[in-house]
Amino acid sequence: MHLDKRMAYWRANLRLVAICLIIWFICSYGFGVLFVEQMSRIRIAGFQLGFWFAQQGSIYVFVALIFFYAWRMNRIDKHYDVHED
Amino acid sequence: MSLQALTYWVVGLSFVLYIGIAIWSRAHNTGDFYIAGKGVSPIANGMATAADWMSAASFISMAGLIAFLGYDGSVYLMGWTGGYVLLALLLAPYLRKFGKFTVPEFIAERYYSRTARIVAVICLIFISFTYVAGQMRGVGIVFSRFLEVDVTVGLLIGMGIVFVYAVLGGMKGITYTQVAQYCVLIFAYTVPAVFIAIQITDNPIPQLAFGSEVSGTGTALLDKLDDIVTSLGFNQYTSGTKSRIDVFCITMALMVGTAGLPHVIVRFFTVPKVRDARVSAGWALLFIAILYTTAPAVGSMARYNLINTIQPGAVGSVDGNLAYDDRPDWFETWQQTGLVRYDDKNGDGRIQYYNDANPDFASQAAEYGWQGNELGVDRDIMVLANPEIAGLPNWVIALVAAGGIAAALSTAAGLLLVISAAVSHDLIKGILMPHISEKRELLAGRIAAAFAIMIAGYLGFDPPGWVAQVVAFAFGLAAASLFPVILLGIFFKRVNKQGAIAGMLTGLVFTYAYIEYFKGLFLKWAGSPWGENTAQHWLFGISPEGIGVVGMCLNFIVAIAVSYMTAPPPERIQHMVEHIRVPRHFAEDSA
Repeated sequence: MHLDKRMAYWRANLRLVAICLIIWFICSYGFGVLFVEQMSRIRIAGFQLGFWFAQQGSIYVFVALIFFYAWRMNRIDKHYDVHED
Repeated sequence: MSLQALTYWVVGLSFVLYIGIAIWSRAHNTGDFYIAGKGVSPIANGMATAADWMSAASFISMAGLIAFLGYDGSVYLMGWTGGYVLLALLLAPYLRKFGKFTVPEFIAERYYSRTARIVAVICLIFISFTYVAGQMRGVGIVFSRFLEVDVTVGLLIGMGIVFVYAVLGGMKGITYTQVAQYCVLIFAYTVPAVFIAIQITDNPIPQLAFGSEVSGTGTALLDKLDDIVTSLGFNQYTSGTKSRIDVFCITMALMVGTAGLPHVIVRFFTVPKVRDARVSAGWALLFIAILYTTAPAVGSMARYNLINTIQPGAVGSVDGNLAYDDRPDWFETWQQTGLVRYDDKNGDGRIQYYNDANPDFASQAAEYGWQGNELGVDRDIMVLANPEIAGLPNWVIALVAAGGIAAALSTAAGLLLVISAAVSHDLIKGILMPHISEKRELLAGRIAAAFAIMIAGYLGFDPPGWVAQVVAFAFGLAAASLFPVILLGIFFKRVNKQGAIAGMLTGLVFTYAYIEYFKGLFLKWAGSPWGENTAQHWLFGISPEGIGVVGMCLNFIVAIAVSYMTAPPPERIQHMVEHIRVPRHFAEDSA
């Protein structure tokens, strides 16, 4: 039983990490590098969107991702009863 | 008060603050010395990490670099921030759970091998010294420009200050000093940025001003910048010249390198809990992001300001260019340092600034009667000269000097501590004298820190010609050697000693050889670099700056392949991996 629980906890963690890393990749390498020209055809205020993601947006997304991960992970810890105190 | 007296006051006061903090928080045992007794709150640790991470290069050079590179400068912005996501999701919480003092210590235990530990220590020392040499040089330069003392004297003062708080306080002293240094440097960075943003766009927030209209014109700043730079034969500001694969690989090498840098990783050993390690990476990146999102805005505005000053009228018109005799004061001040240079090639008494390396623009320039670019501007002065260019009061200029010094000192101290811990804890305690008492280990750590400062000072005083190249190497090396084995150590139980050692060596040797071949590092006496450093000669079109990514992939492949060909790691190691994967034991385990 407890082996299953351990596996389930680890799988939940890996799933969360994978989701976060996919977003991480799309917002930096995707929007900012690989598809920067296509994205830059879209304009918001004085920014071309691809350029904005490369020099601003990706960084905001990174910050948000870490806080999101920390928050979700704490909930997963509690759910599996492995949180600290 | 004169600018110089004011600068002495501001910088002097900041030093008093740092030393005061060091005395208040000095280390009493090895736990304090290496990891601040695991008692640092996640927000304070985030600030300290940010100051630790943002070096003289981030503070002084980065905005200038982006100003001249435009879109291509994005590799530094994404590369030096995105690594924290990898750190927070893949490394920090598990290494904190492991709960020891150093990175080589983790590698030694996970791979049950002294050889692995020694390889890790070598990587670590090389990476850290590379960095620290540049920091000490930065301290020397800021001192000599703003306090008008000799670079050597500046360097000695800097060494003295770091000596006091790194040797006395260890990690604990460094952490709390870095919190103060962060406040000084971020204030010093954002205040001039806000003023300049208001001057150019009427919007006080640099990140928004970046996308606003230039006041009174109705055209967005970036569009205007694209127009002006292309009319002078430069590449468009918002698009790049590097190949896509190269931008991709450099960004990746910097990100992974960041996550593999020992002085960054070790910061997450100082917080009380696993939960704190996760969120602390978020705080660190938030504090870093304040500077890193301001920098590109500053870069674009600085480029705009510069060109507008030199080219106030229409491009190509007779009086479109600034007459040399009308040049502003800051131009003259920086000319004296040799960082702004003027050479009247066509003898018209005016300054022409354009891209004379662009063959498509040559005929246009000839038509205007221009005979070559006449202005040389060192990229490094953009941030330092910004307050002067914008005509800000003297206290802001003094503050920028203190900020530059804070950035350099905080990074240098963090690196020196990592080096001293590698020597006293990994080499002396871990390998040479396992039975050394804690008191003597602490003493050994202090002596090692003192020695490291002297070597760093020497390197900064007399930097080998290759320091600039070596910085790229440090990231490539961290990406290709340390990061993969730490990651595999946590996520793949099957990877064993043989795999890890083979992987580290493959990544290290490949990355080193590639950089040596194209840029030349240590074998210059034997005729390196042997290869012409241009895109058609590169492997897959990847420059030496980005090659760490290929090294990393090789490391992964070799480590996994070799592990499957040899015996799996012992049972106790598999248990250890299980143990670090969860913050607290499953209740069933203890039952």
